[in-house]
Amino acid sequence: MMARITASVYTSHVPAIGAAIDLGKTGEPYWQPLFKGYEPSKAWLKANRPDAIFLVYNDHANAFSLEMIPTFAIGCAAEFMPADEGWGPRPVPRVIGHPELAAHIAQSVIQQDFDLTIVNRMEVDHGLTVPLSLMCGQPAAWPCPVIPFAVNVVQYPVPSGSRCYRLGRAIRKAVESYDGDLKVQIWGTGGMSHQLQGPRAGLINREWDKAFLDELIANPERLAGRPHIDYVREAGSEGIELVMWLIARGAMSDSGPGGTAPHVQHRFYHVPASNTAVGHLILENR
Amino acid sequence: MALDKPYLDVPGTTIFDMEQSRRGYHLNQFCMSLMKAGNRARFKANERAYLDEWPMTGEQKQAVMARDLNRCIALGGNIYFLAKIGATDGKSFQQMAGSMTGMSEAQYRDMMIRGGRSIEGNRYVAEKK
Repeated sequence: MMARITASVYTSHVPAIGAAIDLGKTGEPYWQPLFKGYEPSKAWLKANRPDAIFLVYNDHANAFSLEMIPTFAIGCAAEFMPADEGWGPRPVPRVIGHPELAAHIAQSVIQQDFDLTIVNRMEVDHGLTVPLSLMCGQPAAWPCPVIPFAVNVVQYPVPSGSRCYRLGRAIRKAVESYDGDLKVQIWGTGGMSHQLQGPRAGLINREWDKAFLDELIANPERLAGRPHIDYVREAGSEGIELVMWLIARGAMSDSGPGGTAPHVQHRFYHVPASNTAVGHLILENR
Repeated sequence: MALDKPYLDVPGTTIFDMEQSRRGYHLNQFCMSLMKAGNRARFKANERAYLDEWPMTGEQKQAVMARDLNRCIALGGNIYFLAKIGATDGKSFQQMAGSMTGMSEAQYRDMMIRGGRSIEGNRYVAEKK
């Protein structure tokens, strides 16, 4: 038996969404349409609970300061505590890791020429915990172990879309060489269009976001060829987070020869959550 | 050959690249120090004295005390680091982002509810002139 990637989930990870959940505001008129869009996703995750989630996200100056800035960091620890980002730690369960699978993936992916930083102690911020809250609600414990995979998208230059896509392929190969009958989901988080700084703050580009979702589904290889400047100019300086979605997409079956295009289980888009456009997709391998 | 920086032609936007990061190292590391409650208290008690513990430029210290986030960014600050100052002041991310746009808090919030700032006219520096 071998492990396999069953599905990929894509979602924005806006901190205000976490605050809305933690403060019991999800039923307020401002937030209600957003959380409604995730109701089918919560039901889907309950019905399709994986054995592990490989969660691609970025740290926002919490686990990593400017002292050390890894481009790709894989969390290999047994557990990860929610970080205090300045407003106090989110009241969410600790994240239980999967050290065996994480170590296996690290060894395989590094041998496939991607220089991962191995992290054995790390706190996780809203980039990781908000997607879990959106998909799981407020459980006493997260439904399965999670491998945090932090990507630098704060200090420019960040990794290119094509490199992220190829890294996804390497992760799939690594998972499929793991000796154990595991169902693994890979999640790509961040985005969609938003800019948090300067006089252009508040930028949203619906057309660009929708085209990104269309292309991510149907032609991810072409999407992966887009240069950074397109993200920055069209989707805002923080819209660059979307390159992380390409890691998850590259891990799906159709990124290699002979693979079948995934089934679109759910698609959702909403503006705004605080400063940000929220996008969400669930793709299942057939 | 010079480095290619096409993002310099995006209006109202500063990309936190290696040059900015080098310029803002101590400013951003000061911000990181505000993740500890004890440091937040010391900073609030005497901002100037706390800032003087860091090898920041006078301009950077002034920009922090004035809470001029656009100036902080021009001097090498990054928004995720600067957010620690906002957290210390009890400000939300939306309040911080809005403060850089020349709009009031209410105007900025309303713009976001109406769908955000349009991309039209906001792609190239020349469009803004």
